[in-house]
Amino acid sequence: KSTEPSLYTVKAVLILDNDGDRLYAKYYDDTYPTVKEQKAFEKNIFNKTHRTDSEIALLEGLTVVYKSNIDLFFYVIGSSHENELMLMAVLNCLFDSLSQMLRKNVERRALLENMEGLFLAVDEIVDGGVVLESDPQQVVHRVALRGDDVPLTEQTVTQVLQSAKEQIKWSLLR
Amino acid sequence: MIKKFDKKDEESGSGSNPFQHLEKSAVLQEARIFNETPINPRRCLHILTKIIYLLNQQTLRRMCYLTIKEMANISEDVIIVTSSLTKDMTGKEDVYRGPAIRALCRITDTTMLQAIERYMKQAIVDKVPSVSSSALVSSLHMVKMSYDVVKRWVNEAQEAASSDNIMVQYHALGLLYHLRKNDRLAVTKMLNKFTKSGLKSPFAYCMLIRIASKLLDETEGGHDSPLFDFIESCLRNKNEMVVYEAASAIVHMPNCTARELAPAVSVLQLFCSSPKAALRYAAVRTLNKVAMKHPSAVTACNLDLENLITDSNRSIATLAITTLLKTGSESSVDRLMKQISSFVSEISDEFKVVVVQAISALCQKYPRKHSVMMNFLSNMLRDDYKRAIVDCIISIIEENPESKETGLAHLCEFIEDCEHTVLATKILHLLGKEGPRTPQPSKYIRFIFNRVVLESEAVRAAAVSALAKFGAQNGDLLPSVLVLMQRCMMDSDDEVRDRATFYMNVLQQKQKALNAAYIFNGLSVSIPGLEKSLHQYTLEPSEKPFDMKSVPLATTPITEQKTEIAPVATSKLPEKLAPSRQDIYQEQLASIPEFQGLGPLFKSSEPVQLTEAETEYVVRCVKHTFSRHMVFQFDCTNTLNDQLLQKVIVQMEPSEAYEVIHYIPAATLPYSQPGSCYTLVRLPDDDPTAVSCTFSCTMKYLVRDCDPNTGEPDDDGYDDEYVLEDLEVTVADHIQKVLKPNFGAAWEEVGDEFEKEETFALASVRTLDEAVGNIISFLGMQPCERSDKVPENKNSHVLFLAGVFRGGHDVLVRARLALADGVTMQVTVRSSEENVVDVILASVG
Repeated sequence: KSTEPSLYTVKAVLILDNDGDRLYAKYYDDTYPTVKEQKAFEKNIFNKTHRTDSEIALLEGLTVVYKSNIDLFFYVIGSSHENELMLMAVLNCLFDSLSQMLRKNVERRALLENMEGLFLAVDEIVDGGVVLESDPQQVVHRVALRGDDVPLTEQTVTQVLQSAKEQIKWSLLR
Repeated sequence: MIKKFDKKDEESGSGSNPFQHLEKSAVLQEARIFNETPINPRRCLHILTKIIYLLNQQTLRRMCYLTIKEMANISEDVIIVTSSLTKDMTGKEDVYRGPAIRALCRITDTTMLQAIERYMKQAIVDKVPSVSSSALVSSLHMVKMSYDVVKRWVNEAQEAASSDNIMVQYHALGLLYHLRKNDRLAVTKMLNKFTKSGLKSPFAYCMLIRIASKLLDETEGGHDSPLFDFIESCLRNKNEMVVYEAASAIVHMPNCTARELAPAVSVLQLFCSSPKAALRYAAVRTLNKVAMKHPSAVTACNLDLENLITDSNRSIATLAITTLLKTGSESSVDRLMKQISSFVSEISDEFKVVVVQAISALCQKYPRKHSVMMNFLSNMLRDDYKRAIVDCIISIIEENPESKETGLAHLCEFIEDCEHTVLATKILHLLGKEGPRTPQPSKYIRFIFNRVVLESEAVRAAAVSALAKFGAQNGDLLPSVLVLMQRCMMDSDDEVRDRATFYMNVLQQKQKALNAAYIFNGLSVSIPGLEKSLHQYTLEPSEKPFDMKSVPLATTPITEQKTEIAPVATSKLPEKLAPSRQDIYQEQLASIPEFQGLGPLFKSSEPVQLTEAETEYVVRCVKHTFSRHMVFQFDCTNTLNDQLLQKVIVQMEPSEAYEVIHYIPAATLPYSQPGSCYTLVRLPDDDPTAVSCTFSCTMKYLVRDCDPNTGEPDDDGYDDEYVLEDLEVTVADHIQKVLKPNFGAAWEEVGDEFEKEETFALASVRTLDEAVGNIISFLGMQPCERSDKVPENKNSHVLFLAGVFRGGHDVLVRARLALADGVTMQVTVRSSEENVVDVILASVG
């Protein structure tokens, strides 16, 4: 083994729901170039991991570290040469940041209502496959989402926000 | 894309500050243009910029950055957005600066990069960690696009590396390494500095360990170097990530002694009992790798490993079992196999392959257990991962002759139901090779002929080839085989009919030489080379028939080696027939006009280093052999950044009658860019046995001093020279390895017209293994029939070697070795050309 030392350590970050459907997916290289292949991969890893509570597995030649809570499954994917503990650090940072941002309510509905927070958090943790930050406090600080920004008086605005957020969820997913 | 943009904008248009109601609706109006198809990127970007200026809410601005990044691939005109991003990048709001930088760098191209260079440099050394990290990571992404520009920021990156923040340290180190990685001296200096200065960041430590291991690997440094000491000291780091990385690095180093491995192994042993599954997994996986080369080092962990067999994580359990299989004793095999069978259906395919590989290794260790293993494997064959198992069975058959009959029988049963064309053809090929040599070959013929009747075209064709081998080897079976062949000549597929007709004709001649050439030992030439030569032949009208000898031989023997079964990411791209190293060299040399008339390239050697490591100029040589000439290619690298070399040649003084005809210089060698120069030498005509020669080599060139920072050379220079190590040309350089799957047939085919024999006493050799190794490497010929492996506790051995001598002459060597107070060797050489035989014998003497 003489793999080239590199900062590019993360191949993908995924969040799937209870049925194995994709809620969020960000791939940082072209291991799975088409959406079809990505979905097939997600289906495969979901099948192999959702029953057990085991944290880590080697699937399709890649190291997969994962964590689940209530009805969400979080995955961080790296090549089999990567330091498994480094991938775990990324996973834990993501999970802990979200936990703070959603006020400990890490489950599907809360997540869907706060998708912008999720996008921004992941963007602060991994950039183009490079681990950017590992401290959840720092991540939360930089995202600095204030949940109660929306003025409650403007009902129509809130409604529009709500539906727009639903739409972003689908449109920013690739 | 359009849809995405459109929805995005609705959100940003509507989720605004209510006090900006008026402007919001105006923007919303404009945003409707996103609904147009086809979308106008320029106007969209314009709108987007307005939004960025307009809306203050943090989320929105940040979301816009994200959108810009996502859209970076489709937008062409980004100047407007760039200026606003640049403003944000240098603005007062720290929380925007990092993301603005990262977004900007996604859409920037080389010319724009130079425009924002100043800002980037400032950002890299900024005190705010998120800004610095963002700048460093973005610089890294841009190295691919504009290496030269980013390289100028090295000093800033160096400064950032002394930051207190653990992520900034990591990013700075990563960028510095990527910028310097081609310059080994610079990397070494950097490592020395960082290993002494004590970084805090565990991520940076992991990176340092990887860089250090790579350096150790490249320089083949001894394990008493400070690099190794650094890695070893990391075993005592406070952070588990670093400890694990260090243990993993040590374990993967080649040539590690048991003593060096011991601290790494004990650390891994501790991890085995960690409550964190990831740690247990990492530890067991690494111990598994140790067990492959140093099983004794792992036995200390056997107890911990046995505890892991029942781990809830199936991957961990499997790895534990396979490690135990490597380190366990013969008596524990049965018990372990039972435990595996019980859960083998639950584990993933990758791990099934790992298990099968471990069993394969185990069979070599405990050959008597082969029946237990075969049973287990045969049961597993019913599942999907058939290919690995078939490979395993085949390798057991090849390693252990006693298992051959049972193995072949299992495989025959398997192909009765098998739907995989590739597997069936592979097995048929094996049956053709091994079946005729078994005591009762006729029983395999039924299986094979059934395939001819029942299966797809590719399988039928393979079956015909296999049948031919039976006919060629066994005289009593020949009449039956001929009858079967006749039936095959009526097949519906062209390939099958062609093969049947061909083999039928060859077999009817009943001549051993023909059988050997056309049935047993196939084409040994390189396929791309054959294609090229045939094409060339068709272009030039000629009276002479096509000469196979003019085609360069395939360099890697069509191998019988076991393929490395390791968990590998399945390749998604189709595999093209990649040109071999030799084909690439052939192309390069053919483009040089002075080498046009030399004929086809016979052989290229492996590169030979002519300078030691860490010298001013690094030179290595590749020897290219043609039918009457040799071309020496010198790949030179100038590692001095204050010199520019020009008109570089390597002058050679031969010790024998070789004649240097021509030098082709490398025009210019600037710092760190390798270049090649060539020397053309004619081989002596008068004495064909003069195959070895020593050349003393001196590099001669014109030196111009230059400014290390800018690379500008002085106007005038001076001549200088640099002495290199001597270069040896030996008999191996004149011989190309060729694998003959059936050595006996090839031996008969060449005939004994020019056979000669001599006996030698090998004075300094103590063991048969050593003698065999020496002969193979000295002559440079291919061992056949697995005769390179000397069975244990034997006092005598026969080695079969095959090759082709320069000029296209087949040459075969049979060496009988006997061990009795030193090693004696009786060498018999056959070739189609008398000179060749003399050459071989003279060289051995």
